[in-house]
Amino acid sequence: MDSVPKKRKSVSRRAFIQSVSGGAVGAGVVSRLLGKEPRPRPTGPGELEVFEKKRISFTVNGRKVILDAEPRETLLQVLRERLRLTGAKRVCNRGECGGCTVLLNGRTVYACHLLAVQADGADVLTVEGLASGDKLHPVQQAFIDKDGYQCGFCTPGFLLASVGLLAKNKQPTFDEIRAGLAGNICRCGNYQKIYAAVGAAAEVLRRG
Amino acid sequence: MKKEAIIEDPYLEYIDLANIGGDQAAAPPLPQPAQPKPGEFKLIGKYTPRVDGRKIVTGEALYTHDLVFEGMLIAKILRSPHASADVVSVDLGPALSYPGVKAALKLKDGRVKWAGEPIAAVAAVDERTAEESLKLIKVEYKVLPHVVSVDKAMAQGAPLVQNEGNVAKSNEYTRGDAEKGFKEADVIFEQTYKTSWEVHQPTETHGSLAKWDGDNLTVWDSTQAIQSVRDGLARSLAMPASRIKVIKHYMGGGFGSKLGVNDHTIIAARMAKETGRPVKILLTRQENSDCVGYRPTAWMTVRAGAKKDGTLTALTLKNYNCGGIGRGDRCSEPFTDVYKCANVKVEEYAVFVNTCGSRATRAPGHTQATFGLEGFMEELAARLSLDPLELRLKNYSTKDKGDTGTPYSTKGLEQCYKLGAEKIGWSRRNKKPGAGNGTVRTGLGMASQIWPGAGVPGTLADVKLYNDGSVEVDCGTQDIGTGTRTHIAIVAAETLGLEPRDISVHIGNSDLPWAPISGGSLTVPSVAPAVRDAALKAAEYLKGLAAKKLNVAPAEIVLEDKKAVSKTDPGKSIDLKELARTIPRPMPFHGERANMTPGFAYQTFGAHFAEVEVDTETGKIKVKKVVAAHDIGRVLNRQTAESQVIGAITQGMSAALFEEKIMDPETGTMLNPNLHDYKVATAMDIPEIVPIFADVIDDRLNNLGTKGLGEPPRIPASAVIANAVFNAIGVHVREIPMTPARVLAALKRKEAGK
Repeated sequence: MDSVPKKRKSVSRRAFIQSVSGGAVGAGVVSRLLGKEPRPRPTGPGELEVFEKKRISFTVNGRKVILDAEPRETLLQVLRERLRLTGAKRVCNRGECGGCTVLLNGRTVYACHLLAVQADGADVLTVEGLASGDKLHPVQQAFIDKDGYQCGFCTPGFLLASVGLLAKNKQPTFDEIRAGLAGNICRCGNYQKIYAAVGAAAEVLRRG
Repeated sequence: MKKEAIIEDPYLEYIDLANIGGDQAAAPPLPQPAQPKPGEFKLIGKYTPRVDGRKIVTGEALYTHDLVFEGMLIAKILRSPHASADVVSVDLGPALSYPGVKAALKLKDGRVKWAGEPIAAVAAVDERTAEESLKLIKVEYKVLPHVVSVDKAMAQGAPLVQNEGNVAKSNEYTRGDAEKGFKEADVIFEQTYKTSWEVHQPTETHGSLAKWDGDNLTVWDSTQAIQSVRDGLARSLAMPASRIKVIKHYMGGGFGSKLGVNDHTIIAARMAKETGRPVKILLTRQENSDCVGYRPTAWMTVRAGAKKDGTLTALTLKNYNCGGIGRGDRCSEPFTDVYKCANVKVEEYAVFVNTCGSRATRAPGHTQATFGLEGFMEELAARLSLDPLELRLKNYSTKDKGDTGTPYSTKGLEQCYKLGAEKIGWSRRNKKPGAGNGTVRTGLGMASQIWPGAGVPGTLADVKLYNDGSVEVDCGTQDIGTGTRTHIAIVAAETLGLEPRDISVHIGNSDLPWAPISGGSLTVPSVAPAVRDAALKAAEYLKGLAAKKLNVAPAEIVLEDKKAVSKTDPGKSIDLKELARTIPRPMPFHGERANMTPGFAYQTFGAHFAEVEVDTETGKIKVKKVVAAHDIGRVLNRQTAESQVIGAITQGMSAALFEEKIMDPETGTMLNPNLHDYKVATAMDIPEIVPIFADVIDDRLNNLGTKGLGEPPRIPASAVIANAVFNAIGVHVREIPMTPARVLAALKRKEAGK
């Protein structure tokens, strides 16, 4: 399977989670990306350093960042803890809720479910990069206009998932919006208004 | 940190505080500013987008999770894996010597009563170090037998959870003579209804950050109650409350689970003191699932006597609440208050099991009770061959205590019934439950709601005018996602003739003027009248200044469109900005939420109507539509009010169909402590939701005639779905969540004629 988790609009949240869970994907990718032979196994005395860092670079919100990432660090950790981009939230930290959704090369991904090294060379968009200066992205504006939030903690994830959806489907029906955002949980339960906001944003985007 | 043996949920006292009616009628009323006439408002009651919307959609809104300080340590808690055990020894040594660990605390001696109880904590340079070092703490337990299920806890010979026994009386109420009432009845009917443990699961897990500056402590907390957290910290740390400041900018949901001070907050404060560094502690999703409370279960046996025309002659409730090691909720109020009935008896018991104590969960008690009471009313109506709406109207009350107590100041429930029934098309229901044909059956149901939501007299707010014309409101309340900043801005702007965005709203800091917890539907009816009071004083001051400038009487002046204008001569006006230049210094005006007019009872009311489809082959329920009509007095902002209703219905539907904390009887641990296995309603589940407000303004309640809305729409939201299912399939499922298995079991029961 593809090493990058992505959402397809016909896939339910639960099915999606099943499709990306399991550590084997991450492990395979890591050893490949590190570009060297695996270390010897600890079969005798002495010290064995298992974790080391790899220099990676990727673009975040249009700006190139270069950093040394541990293979086990998730993209979410790097964004929040090292780049101080706290828009993507840690809600479940295991790919169940969409609170950490960002766009990776234009595709919707859960940042908690992606290793930072997998983002090497990629183009990442977070909520902090959605507006152009003072001008909000139409999706952001629509969420304000329609009150498509309550506590706002899931909002960055919903915004990015919505932008990702509208890039693929310019004129989604209500059911397509629901299916397209099925990977995101709003515990305040304001789905009805969120979907209305996405519908309104789609219209604005179509008008250009 | 010693835990009390039985947790009394501190939230419950706030419900009593909120339930101000006849009981507090003796308190002297404070002066009430005159109510504006209908149509006088430009902003209040309209649709206003949130003033902080931009912050939320750009990721600039800072949540406790997002805060970072120089040199900050991360703390983690070691929790008991056993549901019942004695802690024999705790050795922190190996953890303390782990590189990067700066402090470790032992938190527990003696008896552990639930899996997840804090045993020890560490603070380290980063999260991973803290996690790794936790594994090095050596704890020796003497494992004891446990019990985590209600029926097993009540059985003979069950392991004792509390010394007083596993069942204890928690509440009783008697009015009239129930036995006499049953004798007068044409029909006597009895049923038992059950609700599950429902976990709050706010998206932002609980978290706190503590930082000392000498003897002064600042805590950033993901909380619904900055003032209570300050007071709780002062008690726990035995230090002056005046030296503690609690801050909450933004919070990712609480739903009752973030009231009062938490263990982890105290831990962060203690470790920050010990290390001299800021300490942050964030609970994991698992900890949030199984360590910070849930809605207690209810096991309600309802019995009523009725005349053939539906008149209730007696109503009794026997309820077993289970809130783990705590006392759970009281569910009596809907039974004692919603319907007219002279003879009522309630007996409630707490059942103790080895899980963490329950906590207030959006409308504690009332939500469970309403599932029982309203399910019962729907079944009683069927038994009497009456329209369920008629049965409710037949027993309509205009005074509290089931028409035997203090008159309600206003009660718009009748309007809610009418508006809601019209909107859903109530005549489309199956006249006889289960009357339809085919595999997929359609049904309509309804449920009523009552909840205090009157607000707290004594709530304070300041309006400050600056001489550049800018306006600030200071209030020590918090926005838990309901839009409090916007509500405050609307009230101040309305009163001063400004736009909401002209108002700088300062909240979320416990040093600001006192406001109650954001729970119990208290925020709007407490805070908004206090802001209104302060803003009216500021407006009077501005009118006085303008009157002098314009040479007219102050009563002549109105404030509108950012101007002070003469009513009789609109040519005479002055910009408020210009007027403000004459203000000698920033001018604060103190506002207070006044008392209610004595001699009346104050409650919110509402009625929900739902349409469902039930697949009788699979047992799957599809909720098609929910109409929610609410009497919450004057609506401040229709936009945020609608969101509250929509969210509450989503949650209520979620609890009705999916949500259940499942305990493993063998290990005494929670089996589904995550968002995958603990199912919540998401995208494909939600129905069409239609919020309606009855707009019954209560002039006696406060200077805006506004009530709270946080809880009301959650209360009937599970019951109404169960009732619609009953109407669809002709058998009441009587236990939530109504999983397909339970629906199929109910259908089997029906086939068997039981």
